[in-house]
Amino acid sequence: MDEIRQIDIRKNILSDNEDQAEVIRGELAAKKVFLLNVMASPGAGKTSLIVQTIRRLKGRLRLGVIEGDIESTVDSEKIVREGVPAVQIRTGGACHLDAPMVSAALAELELGNLDLVFIENIGNLICPAEFDTGADRKVMILSVPEGDDKILKYPLMFSICEALVINKIDYLEGSDFDLQALRRRAYELNPGMRLFEVSCKTGAGLDEWCAWLLGEVSRKWAGGAAAA
Amino acid sequence: MHELAVTKSILKLVLDHAAQNGGGEVLKITLVIGELRNLEEDWIQRYFDYISKGTPAEHAVIKVRKVPVAFLCKDCGRQFTGDLHREEKLLCPQCGGFSYDLVSGRELIVESVEVR
Repeated sequence: MDEIRQIDIRKNILSDNEDQAEVIRGELAAKKVFLLNVMASPGAGKTSLIVQTIRRLKGRLRLGVIEGDIESTVDSEKIVREGVPAVQIRTGGACHLDAPMVSAALAELELGNLDLVFIENIGNLICPAEFDTGADRKVMILSVPEGDDKILKYPLMFSICEALVINKIDYLEGSDFDLQALRRRAYELNPGMRLFEVSCKTGAGLDEWCAWLLGEVSRKWAGGAAAA
Repeated sequence: MHELAVTKSILKLVLDHAAQNGGGEVLKITLVIGELRNLEEDWIQRYFDYISKGTPAEHAVIKVRKVPVAFLCKDCGRQFTGDLHREEKLLCPQCGGFSYDLVSGRELIVESVEVR
């Protein structure tokens, strides 16, 4: 009879995706294009933050957007109205963007004319956390109406991002959102993560966020930005 | 929902490695998955049964070894586990410090397969 053999593999399950993500990072490093992966729940303000950031940085950087959406093109229309090129990825039901999808979308942008490309990922706090898109930095948005306990429910997402944008702080008054508890927990889980408190509606905090992002992009131009 | 994408990657890795090592029927697949990963073992097996039909791995049983979330205290070097889904403040059980690094819990690995 045939014997049972054990074969050791010891390979990361998502290594194909991660290899592709490294290829993207290599290509974008050569072209000095900064890629930012924006993740959040539906309605937290991904498109709003991207639009507000575009308005503040448009004069200084050449911008582009990759819009991940399951079916609609509503978000990419908003971006195009800002005078910025947008590529829509319709995932047809998939709950996240992965490196091959981003690679295909990047091929449709004129990268030689761009400095910063945003990826608006699919709206949820679970699946996008698992897949490296080749981005230089990952930012997640948590909006005040979602509650401060999201970090207890989705710790992986909070653990992998370099920046956390707390949006809709104009809703803080009268809410039971515990900003201190969230800050403490975020520090415990991911001490290197930068926190920004903003309102895309009133404009509060957005200059600080944009200054950080501009700094990260400049570091890449200087050749210093490796993916964290 | 992303279990499907993860399961496709598992199947590809398993079939590639089995073929490179003399082929045969895949009986068992051992995965190592950190507790921070939002992956359900039952669903992985269900998706796997579906997508592996007609391949040498179609009857394989998937075993998952879960790795707890662990931290390493920067002050005293003690390694300790913690539940990130609970509200209590995380402190080093040895020195009471709150400066530590996450050292495990994000694993996502195909460890081995049994082939006949």
